[in-house]
Amino acid sequence: MKQLDAERQMRRRKRKNTIFHALFLSSTLFGVIALGMLLIQILSDGLGWLNWEFLTNNASRKAEKSGIKAAIAGTLWMMSITAPLSFIIGVSTAIYLEEYAKKNWFNRFIQTNIANLAGVPSIVYGLLGLTIFVRVFGFGKSVLAGSLTMTLLILPIIIVASQEAIKAIPVTQRNASFALGANRWQTIIRVVLPSALPGIMTGSILSFSRAVGETAPLIVVGAVAYITTLPSGVFDKFTVMPIQIYTWANLPQEEFHHVAAAGIIVLLFMLLSMNAIAIFLRNKYQKKN
Amino acid sequence: MSIVQIKDLDLYYGEFHALKNVSMNINEKSITAFIGPSGCGKSTLLRTLNRMNDMIDSVKISGAVSINGTNIYNPTVNVELLRKEIGMVFQQPNPFPKSIYENVAYGPKIHGIRNKKELDEIVENSLRGAALWDEVKDDLKKSAYGLSGGQQQRLCIARALAINPRILLMDEPTSALDPISTLKIEELIQELKEDYTIIIVTHNMQQAARVSDQTAFFLNGEVIEFSDTSMLFSNPSEKKTEDYITGRFG
Repeated sequence: MKQLDAERQMRRRKRKNTIFHALFLSSTLFGVIALGMLLIQILSDGLGWLNWEFLTNNASRKAEKSGIKAAIAGTLWMMSITAPLSFIIGVSTAIYLEEYAKKNWFNRFIQTNIANLAGVPSIVYGLLGLTIFVRVFGFGKSVLAGSLTMTLLILPIIIVASQEAIKAIPVTQRNASFALGANRWQTIIRVVLPSALPGIMTGSILSFSRAVGETAPLIVVGAVAYITTLPSGVFDKFTVMPIQIYTWANLPQEEFHHVAAAGIIVLLFMLLSMNAIAIFLRNKYQKKN
Repeated sequence: MSIVQIKDLDLYYGEFHALKNVSMNINEKSITAFIGPSGCGKSTLLRTLNRMNDMIDSVKISGAVSINGTNIYNPTVNVELLRKEIGMVFQQPNPFPKSIYENVAYGPKIHGIRNKKELDEIVENSLRGAALWDEVKDDLKKSAYGLSGGQQQRLCIARALAINPRILLMDEPTSALDPISTLKIEELIQELKEDYTIIIVTHNMQQAARVSDQTAFFLNGEVIEFSDTSMLFSNPSEKKTEDYITGRFG
């Protein structure tokens, strides 16, 4: 009798396990399949339109003559300012907060607000950029205004990621350095940063790809969709890839939807490459340590 | 002649009174062991000697610690130069994620030595001093993380020797090691005594008895007894010391 009970109990436990196994698997598949379908849809829509001319033509009223060159150039222009600026300011802030700042209410206040800023909707940064950079500083609807807005947007993410990477360095290593008579700066530059750099790079690259894919704040700051000349300086008007795609997708002609799909393929390729570099860096340096 | 003189030292972590009126003189080129149960203050005292406690915000210290006749808590003392005189080896082997060579050369580089030849010489001498040279001389470019735990700890000793200190502080240096590695380190400590003043914190009373010349027994932040090691273990003058070394508590 007792044995029978135990057996039944065991069967019930097994069944429960099987049910949840299936449940979790289907949750995973839901995301993967949705993403797969999206990719197939876009590839079948856009691949035929993706050719060398598409990459080297400027925007045009005619679908078959439309190209993404100006948008690629705009994105590169923007990132050439946003990436170094946000990296330098972000990592410096993280070093200050982790290594130099005393644990007082003021620094806790800053810390909390940086975490909050990372969660502020991007459109808010757009409005901020419009007010400060476009109007107050008088940069106009320029590459510079867009880049600075994007810098503000991704700065909190870089700071938080860099802080995590710096925090992960064991205190025993810092102690070893201090006990040998190193000061704080020597310890940071010789012990902390070399070990934290892969983590910092990974976080930074991921936030750069966020900036590349972001649309809303740049629309507010005034990146223009229809551009026939490339920007030649930081005060020129510009467009970026997601805005260009958004514009094409909104046009009534059927052909432009294929153009938009081709643009998405280029954008996705760029983003996935950046993410791949981030993953590569992480794996490479994780093995070493 | 005593190289370390501690006088009426009190130390607080916030409200906690961690060291109570400690006075002690430590002789040059001798081995002094600090023993006592966990939380008795022995590691705290060790970290007072190279001011590693400075790193903890809540620490308050009164009294005097003199090394070579200078009060190291005098505000004019440069902590970085002080730590150049006092090497430290920690409980867990903590090499940097760098090559064996770079680990040993770290200290000299910090203190401004750039000459490659000079660095090579320091690295070799330090590794020889830590009885590690023969095992690693062909692998100096390899990561220190490839070494065994015992080798890593001897590398950390070599790293400490490379700044040419006069005093070596060792905070339970063998507690993470196997018996054979422990024996090697104990032998090494005996050899190092020729040139260095060594202060070692240990949980292992046999170790204290084996390696040290003098032993201090700590309890609840007080030094209960401080005398020649043979004396302290064979004929302790305090009842509490006797209770501890005979295993009645701790």
